[in-house]
Amino acid sequence: MASDKVKEVSDADFDSVIGSDTPCLVDFWAPWCGPCKAIGPVVEALAEEYDGKATILKMNVDDNPSTPGKFGIRAIPTLILFKSGEKVDQVTGAVGKAQLVELIEKAL
Amino acid sequence: MATTHHKLIILGGGPAGLTAGLYAARARMDHLLIEKGAEGGQILLTDWIDNYPGFPDGISGFDLAEKMTAQAKRFEMKSMFGNVVSMDLSSPIKLLELEDGATLSCDTLIICSGAHPRPLGIPGEKEFTGKGVSYCATCDAPFYRNQHVAVVGGGNTAVQEAAHLTKFADKVTLIHRRDELRADKILQERAFANPKVDFIWNTIATAIEGKDGVERLQLQGTDGNKSSLKVDGVFILIGVLPNNKMLPLDVLNADEEGFIPTDLETRTVVKGVMAAGDIRSKEVRQVINAAGEGATAVLAAEQYLSNL
Repeated sequence: MASDKVKEVSDADFDSVIGSDTPCLVDFWAPWCGPCKAIGPVVEALAEEYDGKATILKMNVDDNPSTPGKFGIRAIPTLILFKSGEKVDQVTGAVGKAQLVELIEKAL
Repeated sequence: MATTHHKLIILGGGPAGLTAGLYAARARMDHLLIEKGAEGGQILLTDWIDNYPGFPDGISGFDLAEKMTAQAKRFEMKSMFGNVVSMDLSSPIKLLELEDGATLSCDTLIICSGAHPRPLGIPGEKEFTGKGVSYCATCDAPFYRNQHVAVVGGGNTAVQEAAHLTKFADKVTLIHRRDELRADKILQERAFANPKVDFIWNTIATAIEGKDGVERLQLQGTDGNKSSLKVDGVFILIGVLPNNKMLPLDVLNADEEGFIPTDLETRTVVKGVMAAGDIRSKEVRQVINAAGEGATAVLAAEQYLSNL
């Protein structure tokens, strides 16, 4: 049950999207990554819960090499929280929902 | 909040839980499987599975997870997305509390909560997780194209994933605390024949160092000799720890490491509670015996219910 609330973001539109005042959580993933799949439902649930308060995005690191490189991403899934274009914090791995809630709350 | 009751709850959707789900659905038992992520569990971390029968050419962990899920769902296995944080097993009606505050109850429970990769517990490990320290070669190997990585471990996972890493990395150094590997012989043969894999024996990693990312490992031999190794990344594949935070360990008589002992029919010391798969206290943790235990557990659950 893919949620339409988790939008795909690309290298091309990344800067304009995360520049917003609304906190943005970006899930860096790839189709061949099992834990990325495992965390998928958690990210979708968050997108439903935080609808209107935070933007939940995902970026396919295979199709978009430049943004992950810029943030030194060497493992996926990595989830980075941005506010007004600045990185607030990040987590790596298929973490639980509570940890992601804690992350998002840092920017609300 | 109201409590929803089921005759059988299956906690966890890895190979043990999905097999239990398949058997429960086919038995038309009133059941519910609870999974905190996506179905598949740890097999989602495995690039390739060559020792699960029925797939003569092998199968990716990802595909096997999808096939197991699809097979159980064909028989209308019921599952939900949720994270169980605690449970009360003190009365015949077992109570499970979820992260969002909801509670579920059941007459019989099959615990298939699985395990997660064991950390080394050395300086730098936490700091560089995701910045050169990884527990999943399948996930992160492509970030090490033409680089030098270390693998710590000597079991099946370490040796298989070392070989997988050579598809991307220039050089893979396997660091093992003994003078021989524990992995299956065929995996050892492949690793020894791989020109990109070299070995450092009788050695442990004592620290992971770097600036923005991993740059080197500090090593110590069993003879006490210290050295350092320049690497771009380190994959820690030294076995598993139980996913047991939600379990009443005393009540379930957990072993020293926190795994749950059972009899041959997967029954724990608590009546009506079974444990199957990697969470069970046992020597061998393979997909095939996890699946087998999942089936056994449903039969034990049926027997328990029929005597209620």
